[in-house]
Amino acid sequence: MKGWEWLIRRVLVVMAFSSLSLLALIALFIFAGGVPILAEVGVEQFLLGTRWAPTRGHYGILPMIAGSLWVTGGALVLGVPIALACAIYLSEIASEPVGRLIKPALELLAGIPSVVYGFLGLVILVPLIRVLLGGPGFSVLAASCVLAVMILPTVTSVSYDALRAVPATYREGSLALGATRWQTIRMSVLPAARSGILAGIILGMGRAIGETMAVIMVAGNATLIPVSPLDPVRTLTSNIALELGYAAGKHREALFATGVVLFLIIMGLNLVAEAVAGRGRSR
Amino acid sequence: MVNGKVVVSQLNLAYRGRPALRDITLVFPEKAITAIIGPSGCGKSTLLRTINRMNDLIPGVEIRGQVLLDGEDVYGGTILLEELRRRVGMVFQRPNPFPLSVFDNVAYGPRVHGIRDRTLLADIVERCLRAVGLWDNLRDRLRRPALELPLGQQQQLCLARVLAVEPEVILLDEPCSALDPISTLRIEQLMQELKERYTIIIVTHNMQQAARASDLTAFILDGELVEWAPTEILFTSPRDPRTEAYITGRRLPVPH
Repeated sequence: MKGWEWLIRRVLVVMAFSSLSLLALIALFIFAGGVPILAEVGVEQFLLGTRWAPTRGHYGILPMIAGSLWVTGGALVLGVPIALACAIYLSEIASEPVGRLIKPALELLAGIPSVVYGFLGLVILVPLIRVLLGGPGFSVLAASCVLAVMILPTVTSVSYDALRAVPATYREGSLALGATRWQTIRMSVLPAARSGILAGIILGMGRAIGETMAVIMVAGNATLIPVSPLDPVRTLTSNIALELGYAAGKHREALFATGVVLFLIIMGLNLVAEAVAGRGRSR
Repeated sequence: MVNGKVVVSQLNLAYRGRPALRDITLVFPEKAITAIIGPSGCGKSTLLRTINRMNDLIPGVEIRGQVLLDGEDVYGGTILLEELRRRVGMVFQRPNPFPLSVFDNVAYGPRVHGIRDRTLLADIVERCLRAVGLWDNLRDRLRRPALELPLGQQQQLCLARVLAVEPEVILLDEPCSALDPISTLRIEQLMQELKERYTIIIVTHNMQQAARASDLTAFILDGELVEWAPTEILFTSPRDPRTEAYITGRRLPVPH
């Protein structure tokens, strides 16, 4: 019996640490694949070079970095206000039955495969943008719109939890001073939930940067730095997904190095989200 | 019976059909301190919260009867809810300053009611912090988070926050139950100073507090007003045996 207990404990420990070791292995694998080319080309040249033609020896990923920033920024600008409105409505205004209707709908939204979003963007959004606003339709705007919908559930649910965690005594205190419901939300509930909401936005940002399939389908994927929301764009993730299938040698290494950059960005974002949420809790 | 700052008249209140207050008629005279005492769950906080309509927030509340503020029914639809709550301020059982700075806590109410001018706000903050005796202590720490203050000072700050909207009536809902004896005494002193200008109604389960600090006392039991009299009289020669049992700490006679 004692041997059995020991065994179970060992197995649980190994399984518990497997996620950590997986992370370490992935990091190791990506870094090992990408570091040689970074050393050869130079980090600065790689990050700030504007020309991506890996078969001809040009390894600048600035267009893709700019692309990821554009698309993510656009997704936040379009998505965060809607998500916040939704979270505030659910937490502060909606009655029980309405909340019971909207929340599962949001969870369903989160469960739809990204290729479906991409498909809808491709057949509806892209032609719409082409006809209404001009340009090729495959664009920053199309990708941002699709991503805005995709980050909606994340940002909404994290913000909702942050709002629910605000003690009722703050609301009472504010209302008892003669504040209206909206004044109470704006002046006492939102400030109290600020760090949680910020963490939600950062998590949504991470999702937007990491999303690949839906973006490939609607973004146009040209390796140019976009100057208008109607320009086609290629993101870091798209770059890897589009080319890894046929890349070899240094080209392949350059894609791994793209992965390194992406990995660092997302790790950084998660750390910031943790720190921001932690600061809110400790207060 | 109709003169008095706040007059409660034949008030009945029920939560989802269960009566919590029965036929209460009570006058709160101006510039005096009235204490409402009674055992836990007797409805004294509920009564207090009908005066500034905080019970409206709870779903399933039904109210019949009248609550008059200067002769005007607060449930009559002529007094704007926000204006009512400005005129009738409230301090809660647990100190509940906002997670903002000391300054912003006191300025919260005036800002809500449209005051934007910085020097005016600063004047109000100073005046109110002086009134509750916090100014000398906090004048250099106005930008510090209010939640860093000790509980007693937090409660004084909550009182200052109420004063800042220039109320006429101040409701205190067991304001000292989370405080130590010294902070409690401080709040009681403040009440004495404030009754020069305000009508004060305090709910307390601490009978010594009621006896020390109030001019009039109302005793409530099971949602009914048992007795209402000047504090001295109620505590020395209560008319109702239930009052006597309660204030002397004897077991209450079993109802019916």
